[in-house]
Amino acid sequence: MFLIPDPVVRFFHRMASPPHFYAFTGRLMPWLVVIFLLVTAVGLYGGLYLAPADYQQGDSYRIIYIHVPSAWMSLFIYVVMAVAGAIGLIWRIKLAEIVAISSAPIGASFTFIALVTGSLWGKPMWGTWWVWDARLTSELILLFLYLGVIGLYGAIDDKRIASRAVAILALVGVVNIPIIHYSVEWWNTLHQGPTVTKMDKPSIHVSMLIPLLLMAVSFKFYYLIAMLQRARTELLLRERNAQWVKNMVSESK
Amino acid sequence: MTMQEFFAMGGYGFYVWTSYGLTLIVLLANIIIPVVQRRQFLRALALKQKRQ
Repeated sequence: MFLIPDPVVRFFHRMASPPHFYAFTGRLMPWLVVIFLLVTAVGLYGGLYLAPADYQQGDSYRIIYIHVPSAWMSLFIYVVMAVAGAIGLIWRIKLAEIVAISSAPIGASFTFIALVTGSLWGKPMWGTWWVWDARLTSELILLFLYLGVIGLYGAIDDKRIASRAVAILALVGVVNIPIIHYSVEWWNTLHQGPTVTKMDKPSIHVSMLIPLLLMAVSFKFYYLIAMLQRARTELLLRERNAQWVKNMVSESK
Repeated sequence: MTMQEFFAMGGYGFYVWTSYGLTLIVLLANIIIPVVQRRQFLRALALKQKRQ
């Protein structure tokens, strides 16, 4: 632990304590919501109003401002879920297990949004709602991985054991992440190649790029808000017999 | 740009607004569901404590 500064270590130690986590995230929530709303408002204004129409795709391209950030989130959340699951698996930290399982429905939602908005964009531009190309298929597999995680967790009554099973499933599924990312390069796909995450210069005009990046930040904050809401609920359910929960309930009367 | 032009999205209004509307619904549901669940659970816990 000599590489990590001491205050950071202390922060994570405290966050691993359920009552501290519950109280801290409760205080943090309004700030997260305010930042999220501000970034989203500016991002949507920039994307839907200020940015010009695309010279080839007209206004249909504006779906990009939710499609691409959702697709990024679908991968990002999966990695967070697998890493949190691994931490729970190795160190048996209850809060890591809770962060892992609380991420799954949100990741599934973003995967679903990426697929559906992609379909709604593909219809007017490609002339089809769906093709079985590598990018679309691997993203669909990601949705099934998320649903598998949610289903497996629900099927096992002992939530400590459920969390371990889910972590292993999530870790195995990580192989799909680079496949999704590189699918447009490894295979000849109908889906276009990367526009923003290219090593040289992004091939997108700055007036379109800024709202896109703002929406990416907005979705990160959304994830934090939604994941913490689920984590707080899941934590209470698991700790229902703990003294701190009983104290909290009796004090709130 | 008039309001009508804005909502028409150059003829792609259906695709653009369905995308945004659906996203809004899914994202809202992901906040509302855990918050409602937590409130119900806390209320049930308080009721149980009162009975004891």
